[in-house]
Amino acid sequence: MAIRLKQADFDAMAAHARSGLPNEACGLIAGKIENGTAVVEKIYLLSNPDQSPEHFSIDPAEQLCAVRDMRKAGLTPLGNFHSHPSTPSRPSAEDIRLAHDPKAKYLILSLAGEAPVLNAFEIVDGTVAQQLLEIV
Amino acid sequence: MKITLAGEKKEYEEGLTVAGLIALQQVETPEYVTVSVNDKFIQGGTFAETVLEDGDVVEFLYFMGGGR
Repeated sequence: MAIRLKQADFDAMAAHARSGLPNEACGLIAGKIENGTAVVEKIYLLSNPDQSPEHFSIDPAEQLCAVRDMRKAGLTPLGNFHSHPSTPSRPSAEDIRLAHDPKAKYLILSLAGEAPVLNAFEIVDGTVAQQLLEIV
Repeated sequence: MKITLAGEKKEYEEGLTVAGLIALQQVETPEYVTVSVNDKFIQGGTFAETVLEDGDVVEFLYFMGGGR
């Protein structure tokens, strides 16, 4: 499924990821499904309790607040994003192992190069499928 | 009794535990679910002994994490 993300949200994600260096940064994405496209309408910039350059997890308390905000705004949870400070924008073995939601979109932002690189994936039963990502 | 689960109020039988609710909802990966009841997080090992009460507000939160 294609994913559409606003340029401003991409920029905010990248800034969030840079501000979290050297650790991984993370957050949630929410929006609507329109004509087979997951349209991201809001991103949630969350903390990484792992405080690690190699791992992330979403803090349940922050997740709860975000989920309630989505519900209030009539938005659908679409998935999450996290950064890879020094590795490419693709799911690691751990990302794949811990991807439990077949409907979720997993966005990975790499800061390994000069410019941030964002890719989107679906991960079902350990199989990774890159999705078309439009930044508009 | 009425319990609000994920924002929706539903009717359940008295005496239902958190573990019972997880089973009723057919959660596929219960080991990766964090549960809050009235904004308090329930310890993972206590789902079977945590009895829900009328009016409780329950949320299931699915673990999200990964690594490089």
